[in-house]
Amino acid sequence: MILQCKDVLGLEDMSAEEILGVLDIANRFRAVFDRPVRSVPIMRGRTVVNFFHEPSTRTRISFELAEKRLSADIINFVSSESSFKKGETLRDTAENLAAMKIDMLIVRHSSAGAARYLADVLECSVINAGDGPHEHPTQGLLDIMTMHQRLGDMRGKKVTIIGDITHSRVARSNIWGLTKLGAEVTLCGPPTMVPGGLDKLGCRIEFDLAKAVRDADVLNVLRIQLERHSSRAFPSNREYHRMFGISPDVVRSLKPGAFIMHPGPMNRDVEISSEVADGPNQVILDQVANGVAVRMALIYLLSGGDPGALGSGSN
Amino acid sequence: MNFVEKAVIMNATDMNRAIKRMAHEIVEANHGVENLVLLGVQRRGVPLARMLGEAIQQVEGSEVPEGSLDITFYRDDLSKLGPVPQVASTEMPFDVTDKIVILMDDVLYTGRTVRAALDVIMDWGRPQAIRLAVLVDRGHRELPVRPDFVGKNVPTSQREIIKVKVQEFDDKQEVVIGEVTEK
Amino acid sequence: MEWSWQRIPAEYLVANVKLCHQGKLGKRSGFIHVRKGRIEALGVGTPAIEGLPVLDAAGLVCAPGFVDLHVHFREPGQEEKEVVATGSAAAAAGGFTSVVTMPNTLPAIDNGAMVRYLVQRGKEAGLCRVFPAGAISPGRKGDALSEFADMIEAGAVAFTDDGSPVVNGGLMANALKYAKMLGVPILSHAEDLSIIGKGVMHGGYWSSRLGLAGMSRVSEDSAVFRDLELARATGGHLHICHVSTRGAVEIIRRAKNDGVRVTAEATPHHFSLDHSRCRDFSPLFKMNPPLRESEDVEAIAEGLADGTLDCIATDHAPHTGTEKEYQFDQAPFGVTGLETALGVGITYLVKSGVMDLGRLVECMTEKPARLMGLPSGLLEEGEPADFVLLDPEREWIVEADKFQSMSSNSSFIGEKLTGKVVSTFLGGRLTWRDSTENVKYP
Repeated sequence: MILQCKDVLGLEDMSAEEILGVLDIANRFRAVFDRPVRSVPIMRGRTVVNFFHEPSTRTRISFELAEKRLSADIINFVSSESSFKKGETLRDTAENLAAMKIDMLIVRHSSAGAARYLADVLECSVINAGDGPHEHPTQGLLDIMTMHQRLGDMRGKKVTIIGDITHSRVARSNIWGLTKLGAEVTLCGPPTMVPGGLDKLGCRIEFDLAKAVRDADVLNVLRIQLERHSSRAFPSNREYHRMFGISPDVVRSLKPGAFIMHPGPMNRDVEISSEVADGPNQVILDQVANGVAVRMALIYLLSGGDPGALGSGSN
Repeated sequence: MNFVEKAVIMNATDMNRAIKRMAHEIVEANHGVENLVLLGVQRRGVPLARMLGEAIQQVEGSEVPEGSLDITFYRDDLSKLGPVPQVASTEMPFDVTDKIVILMDDVLYTGRTVRAALDVIMDWGRPQAIRLAVLVDRGHRELPVRPDFVGKNVPTSQREIIKVKVQEFDDKQEVVIGEVTEK
Repeated sequence: MEWSWQRIPAEYLVANVKLCHQGKLGKRSGFIHVRKGRIEALGVGTPAIEGLPVLDAAGLVCAPGFVDLHVHFREPGQEEKEVVATGSAAAAAGGFTSVVTMPNTLPAIDNGAMVRYLVQRGKEAGLCRVFPAGAISPGRKGDALSEFADMIEAGAVAFTDDGSPVVNGGLMANALKYAKMLGVPILSHAEDLSIIGKGVMHGGYWSSRLGLAGMSRVSEDSAVFRDLELARATGGHLHICHVSTRGAVEIIRRAKNDGVRVTAEATPHHFSLDHSRCRDFSPLFKMNPPLRESEDVEAIAEGLADGTLDCIATDHAPHTGTEKEYQFDQAPFGVTGLETALGVGITYLVKSGVMDLGRLVECMTEKPARLMGLPSGLLEEGEPADFVLLDPEREWIVEADKFQSMSSNSSFIGEKLTGKVVSTFLGGRLTWRDSTENVKYP
């Protein structure tokens, strides 16, 4: 068995072996994308609910595509904020879903810990599609898959994560996964966006972008969540770009072969300049493709799929 | 659970001989090798298909394209049962459309693997025909599947197990029959 | 006449108990003689009175009834969480005979009529003495002074906008001056809301790791500092509520050395638990101020031991189960505390050697009563017979369905505590008796 667990809630809970196992299976699913028929029938008759209690387009579409390519039956449940303000708790919602006898729940929620809560009360498998600023394990896995494809063994590889670390579930999942695989993670951003204490997770914290990227093999550039900054953690987009934006000059200072990732959607000319976003050093669209493959792999593995049962053929 | 071997039903020479015969039959039935492709079912069907390909080349002097099929994502028994993970993949270095596909597997039993393999092939294209070749047919079909080329028919009980060993995975080439005992 | 639990007589002896008061636990067994709701006599040995019913409490400790300066009984307005009657029952079960209720009800307790209503509700329940604190500002809006004198006449003992800080420093200064004239303290919920922002737990390693918005210590420290300087300037009596940071303890310590008229309280959860408890996102560990770091927890315990912090107050804040089923960031702040206070105190302060039982009891009785000017907290001849019998050795496990409070949002559910209240007497009447099965108390 690659995954021993019922749910995938965060990379905090996954071992290096589990992460690499998932990536292996994800690579096999990526091969399916090159065929004339891009789906496989393995999840036929299984019902997956995409429960998005926070707006999301990319992640939801990626999950939906993954589910469709596995031939699962899909229900999209995009809850309006208002029905919750009327007093329905997450528990009520969960019990409703459980009563419908679903096989798997994909959940996006604005509260940290929401996926864990649902996993505890529901019998079906739960995949966390982002819980507040806590974790976003599928994004973490697809980021790691993209790095792994290019860099191989991640031990000793230098990954610099740049941006609003405080509010970033992507950063937290990257940190957990990458440190487990032995990568050296550096966090970079203005001090107003890098919370204290993350060095205890084995990260280096560096406020000077030039120093942070100097030896990096990969830059993972986070989206600046303009909407989250009511107390203005930085003066302006222009100044952010000047201090922490990935410009062609920054790219030129990288060591040869280093590449740039971004979880999307991009704020062009804020955290990344257009020239870099469209340039040869980025692997953003690869991340998107890997995202579908990683999600297929997790859904497949949590549904009891196991390549161990494969190809012995005879009996 | 413990596999106890009862008898060797084919040794290395028997296997080579059977495959050589199957190569002759395939060439004969197909009037040559034109349009022919070989697909081995992961895992042990793959080296067997390669052996079959070599045998055909010896007979006809021309190479037959080979590929491999992974049926994992097409199984009808998605469940938590399963031993140590192994990663295999589908390698289809040609377009199967309008080809005559020889599907090669080690043992034909219930027919479910073949069912899954047919679906995989269909998702890659529309072959002109698919023919089934197996090294051992042990009976007990659960689906209406019939092999076109058989290395050896072996009557078995459902408690018995047939193991095909190939050099690549088992450091040995033979077919054995045995049973699983409870100790 | 025999002792009867069913019908407590008007005059009786509690014998063979170790008296614990005035900061000390007696070495020898002693007695209390109760007559018509008051303590007729008390002392060591056996009294030379015959013919009275005797409660033989051998092996137990007798302490003054506990005094809690900080409870939320939610009435009026949030009766689904608690009412005065259930809050009083929870108090009795925790060994408390006097409580000061916070005015952040709906509507707030900001006038004499409301105070009178609460006092009346307390008397109807009859399980503990209810002393309301009134709101500093009408509606706790922080923009004017409430009628302090009117409320004092109705029974209010202190003023506070607890639940919210008084943001307006000028109003706080006036509240201190005005309360000084009337001889009552101002209770400060010290917090800088602009620093807190959307914080839901202590700002530190765990908030960073869990992705929950942090509440910086600076918010509390700076607000405590402001209020202390206002107290220094005005000479008013300032009482700092629920101190949770090392910094605040130090600031208070300095101010006390300078002679500023300040007193302070700490809650059981702040001297026992740290922020790592939030790791599973359970809202049972969400409160304001939040659980801090272990060095803060130590500083609170030290502060209680050395007298910088005068007393233990529970900040008993009931919330319904439904509310606690919201996600951590959406759940309300606050946990219950009345029924676990003694056990947490003995487990985390006495057993760990921070202080002895005498000192712990003092922090829960005499000291809070005296600083608030309440007529309780002592075992003295002529005083009301408010006392508790407790077993300081008894181990028990906190269970959610055993609370007398209407709510069970306790941080200690499932935890093993040492020290339990066996029975509570208010004016000589029994208000609580532990009926735990397979343990026979006297």
